[in-house]
Order: sequence, then structure tokens, then C-alpha cells
Amino acid sequence: MSEDTAAVPAQQVKSAPAKKESGISALLGSPAGRNTGLVVALVLLCLGGVVTAGDRFADVDNVLTILRLAAVIGVVSVGMTFVITGGGIDLSVGAIVALSSVWATTLATQGIANDSHWIVMVFTALLVGGACGLVNGALIAYGRVVAFIATLASLAAARGLAEIISNRKTQIVNVPGFTAFFDASVLGVPVLVVIFALVAAGGWVLLNRTTFGRRTFAVGGNPEAARLAGIDVRRHTVMLYTLLGLCCGLAAVMLIARTTTGSATHGGLYELDAIAAVVIGGTLLSGGRGTIAGTVFGVLIFTTLSNVFTLNNLSISAQAVAKGAIIVVAVLLQQRLARRSGA
Amino acid sequence: MQLKRITLLVAASALALTACTGNTPQSQGGDQGGGAKVANDEPGDKVVIGFSAPAADHGWMAAITDAAKKEAGKYSDVELRVVEGTNDVNLQISQVETFINDKVDAIVLLPFDGAALTPVALKAMKAGITVINVDRQFDSPFAARSTVLGDNYGMGVSAGTYVCERLKDKPNAVVAEIAGIDSLPLTQDRSKGFAEALSGCGLKVGNRVAAEFTVESGERAAANLLQAAPKIDALWNHDDDQGVGVTAAIKNSGRSEFFMVGGAGSANVMREIKADNGPHKATVIYPSTQGADGIRLARLAVQNKSLGDLVEVEIPRQVQLYAPVVTKDNVDRYLPTAFES
Repeated sequence: MSEDTAAVPAQQVKSAPAKKESGISALLGSPAGRNTGLVVALVLLCLGGVVTAGDRFADVDNVLTILRLAAVIGVVSVGMTFVITGGGIDLSVGAIVALSSVWATTLATQGIANDSHWIVMVFTALLVGGACGLVNGALIAYGRVVAFIATLASLAAARGLAEIISNRKTQIVNVPGFTAFFDASVLGVPVLVVIFALVAAGGWVLLNRTTFGRRTFAVGGNPEAARLAGIDVRRHTVMLYTLLGLCCGLAAVMLIARTTTGSATHGGLYELDAIAAVVIGGTLLSGGRGTIAGTVFGVLIFTTLSNVFTLNNLSISAQAVAKGAIIVVAVLLQQRLARRSGA
Repeated sequence: MQLKRITLLVAASALALTACTGNTPQSQGGDQGGGAKVANDEPGDKVVIGFSAPAADHGWMAAITDAAKKEAGKYSDVELRVVEGTNDVNLQISQVETFINDKVDAIVLLPFDGAALTPVALKAMKAGITVINVDRQFDSPFAARSTVLGDNYGMGVSAGTYVCERLKDKPNAVVAEIAGIDSLPLTQDRSKGFAEALSGCGLKVGNRVAAEFTVESGERAAANLLQAAPKIDALWNHDDDQGVGVTAAIKNSGRSEFFMVGGAGSANVMREIKADNGPHKATVIYPSTQGADGIRLARLAVQNKSLGDLVEVEIPRQVQLYAPVVTKDNVDRYLPTAFES
């Protein structure tokens, strides 16, 4: 995979020069082509759903059920795409979601929210998530702790702190304005799904159409080259983790809305779900290449899979096997593509 | 017409009542779940029941789903849709949403976290679906038609009372406790009941640690506890699944100065009590047949039937099961409904 580290500038132009190998592999090699593969996978899954569950699958309510399930983990995954593209990894996202959900639902926070405005809870969650991301980023960039270790430590610490704050109890939300807002729908689309769509769209613009995005590719592809090109790699790394922290805070808000609770048990294993979605989406774990659209498809593939299994009364254990198989196939495919484009 | 049907049902229940009083306890013990055959078992309208529970990561939880499936299989008029367990509340909520989309008649729900699943249960009730809440309670009374509960506080009381009986001549006895997942209200209730029963005979919990219902966590917690407490007289372990690990740790330490009381009531602990060849001298039951009872209640509620032995025509709002102490003397009565961990 390391052959791909030089792909930074190539990323921008890769789709243009049509390498004349076989037509199909050239198509698959282009960014649009990679997404085509994912779309095909998703369509196949949906076909499977329609064939096995018929009207129960192809139903507006069921589609909304899938999207609502995808929304929370989707927001985390979009943030994760930035960190992984920038050459990092974050294992603490689930714990940050838990800590943010707990902090935003303490009696004190809820009291202030009831006295002023429910938006206080949203800001609290974003602030806590962002702060956690900031700490992660600072440890990694300035403390020179390996990302895997630094965020592993945060994973333990943040969930522990969440347990201390909540006293290991589930905190029930009693702020009518908050639940009313997030329970609502915009033109038939649940607010949670709208938020996911906005985050995904915003993430796509940020990654593909701004200096920040280009720097992210550069830092992930070859940090040394990026530094020589005048990018403050350390500051940029901190910003990436803070961005992911903010996404976790937002995901916590969405989870609070969905469950009307904050709890230290929220967000269990979200780190694995998010990383899996990002990886099958086509973002390289070694950094330097990332795609928001791919991540969104990755999330949708996993949640649709779960929905099809649920509709057909199949076991979660079998689902876990299918999930594992999908990840392996996606990564194998990715490696072949990477080798080809690196050659 | 409706009136006539109800009259018939009441007559049927009355019949069942007389039938039951004639039963000896032994004749009930044969089959899983005990309950006698009553007129309610006659097939009625078809009932589609959705069932969701947390991940079967320990024997008790696995037994909940197994018993529910088995119970549903006994009725030709029940179609059970089981979505397999998950500890992710977000996923469990979407499972219930799927049931609502499917317009099932009833949902039997053992939530991973009662409070977190309350909004979606309310949604199901609003959609006209009969929700039966099992084991972990919702935080709104409107979220379920009926609730089946074990008695967590009662488990603590039963265990504490038993310990008191055995240690009444030792005022300075050291009592230790290995709790389950501390964040769950059920663990707090068990510990509260235990402490209050102990205080009745002047004892208190000297050492307390918490595990996570799994074998591995039980072993870890017990090993720590045995290090911390050089001498113990009685040990209550909240859960027989983690108890497998606890027993292993006790065997490794070579300690035998204390007796142990289990919790939940697994078959292997009961066999150990019967054979009297391990640290367990008793266990208190937390029925693993709650899900099965939930299935029965859901079926009765949807079919507009009453609960066999009660006079009332509607099924009760809440059924709380008892937490008896199982010892060598009465183990044979409880072994048939015990779960394998």
C-alpha cells in the first residue's frame, strides 16, 4: 500500500489520463469507477432485499428506517474519512460519542437548557467532542504519540470519564424543545437524515473543493513533502482530529435525540463500524486518498445489509460474517487498484 | 357478540382455575416453563409477534431468546419474528422500527437500555401495536401494554436472608459481593436488597467488586476480590454466567473457608448445589423464561383473552416474577426451567 504515498498530486488528475489497459480496470481505477463498484454493490444488496422481502423492503418507511440507522454512524464516518485521508486513525470515536452524550444530558446541562434554550445541549456536545478531538490531535501532532496508541488511550479515558460523570446511570432527557426539534421531519425526511445529508455534502465540499481538503491529501500522502511545500503539518493534523471530534459531538446529539438518553454505553464499537465504512468506501488506510461519497456508500451498504438481515429473520452472527467478507473483498480490490495506479 | 365472547372466556378461565387447583406441584415441573394447559391454549386468530433482545453474550440472555422461540413454537397461531440480539441501542431501535413498518400485531422487547428504547416503544404503541416489555423497564408507562419483570431487589433480599440464616451465630462475619454491570439499575437494585437484608441481622458487605456478566470478567473480578479479602465467610455472586469465572478463580486460589450463593439460577450451578461438590451452596433465581412469558402475554393480549387463573378479563399491567432461594433441599423443583450457561 505504501507505493501509493506518492499519489498526492496524481489524485487530482488521475481520472483524466485514460491508461489503456483493459477498459473495465481503467474504469474501476478512476474515482468515479470506484464509486460505481459501490453503487453496484448497494444495488445488488437492494435487489436482494426486494427479492427476499418484497414490499416490506421497498417501502418508504423502511428506507427511512435504514437512513435513520445510517445517520448517526454516517456522521462519525464522514469525520473519520478526513482523519484517515490525512494519514491518521482514531479509535476513540465511540467513547467520545458516549462522553459527549453524557455531558450534554447531565442534570446541570439540562437545567441550563430548560432555563435558556435547548441549543445549549447541542453546543455542549459539540464542545466536548471538539475538545476531545483537540486533545487527540495535540497528543499525536505535538506529543508525537502514534495515533493508534494516543486514541486507544482516549478510548479508555473518555468512556471512563463518561461513567464517572453519569455515575454509570442512563440519563433521561427532559427538554421538550430538543426532542421536538429532532423528532420532526422536513418534507417527509427525518431531521436526523437531513443532518447526515448536510454533513456529507459539507464534507465533500471541504475535502474536494477547498485548500483544507487539498492539504489533507498532501499531509496523508507524504507528510515530509507536505512540510517542505510549506504546510504546517502538525497544525493541520490537530485540525483534522478536532473536526472528527466535532462530528462525534454531533453524532452524540443525534443519538440523544434518537434514544432521549445520554449514557456511557452509547457508541459501543462505533470506531470499528466507522473505519469499516471508510475503508470499503475506497479511502486508503495509509492516507493520501479519500472519498466522502465512497464513505457514504460504505455506511449505506452496512446499514442496508443489517436491514435485509433483520427483515429476513437472519442471525446477527451470520451478518457479522457477511460484513467481514465485504471488508476483505473491498480491501483486496483496493490493493489491486493501488498497485496498478502506482505502477 | 363481544359480550358473549367475554362470558365464554370468563367461563373458560374459571374452568382453568378449578383445573389448576387440582394440580400437584410435581405435575407442573415436567415441561419447560411450567404453566398448565388451559383453555387459553386453544388456537385463536393468527398473531405476528416481533421479538428483540440484547446480544446473547451470556447464557441467561441466550436462554431468554431460546425459551421465547420454544414457547412460540408451541402455538400454531403464533408467528414469531426474531431479530437477533444487539447491544447497540441505535440498531435495536431500527429493529423495532422495522417491526412497526411490518405492522406486526405485537412486539416483545427486552431493551438493551430501557430508557433508550422508550421513544420507539411509544411509537409502536401509537401505531396500535401491543408492546410487551421484558426485564428492563421503559421509563414511560405508556410505552408498554404489559411488563414482565424479574425481582432484582427481591434477589438481593433472598440472597441476604439466606446468608443471614447461615451466619446468624457469627456477628463479625465477612460478607463479600460480586455484582454484575454496575451501570444497570438492576445491579443497583440487587445490591440494595442484599445490603438491606444483611443489615437485618447486623451484617454488612465488607468487600464488593463488579463484573460484567461474562465468564472472563467474573474470573477477573473474583481474583481481585480474593486478593483483597484474606478471609471471607460468605460470597454472593449476582450472576451464574460470570459465576463460571468466579468459581474458576476460587478453585485457582485454593480457598474453601466460605460458602457461595449464586444468582439467576443456571443449570450447572444447580447441578453443583445438588451434588454438593463446589463452593455454591445456594442460588437465587432470576427467571430466564421471562421472554417466553412475554410471548404468552402478547398472544393473549392480541387475541383479547384473559390470563388463565385470574378473574380479571384483561391481562395484567405488570407481572413480577419471584426470586426463590434454591438449595440442596428444593433444587429438583427448579432444575427443569434452569438455563445452560
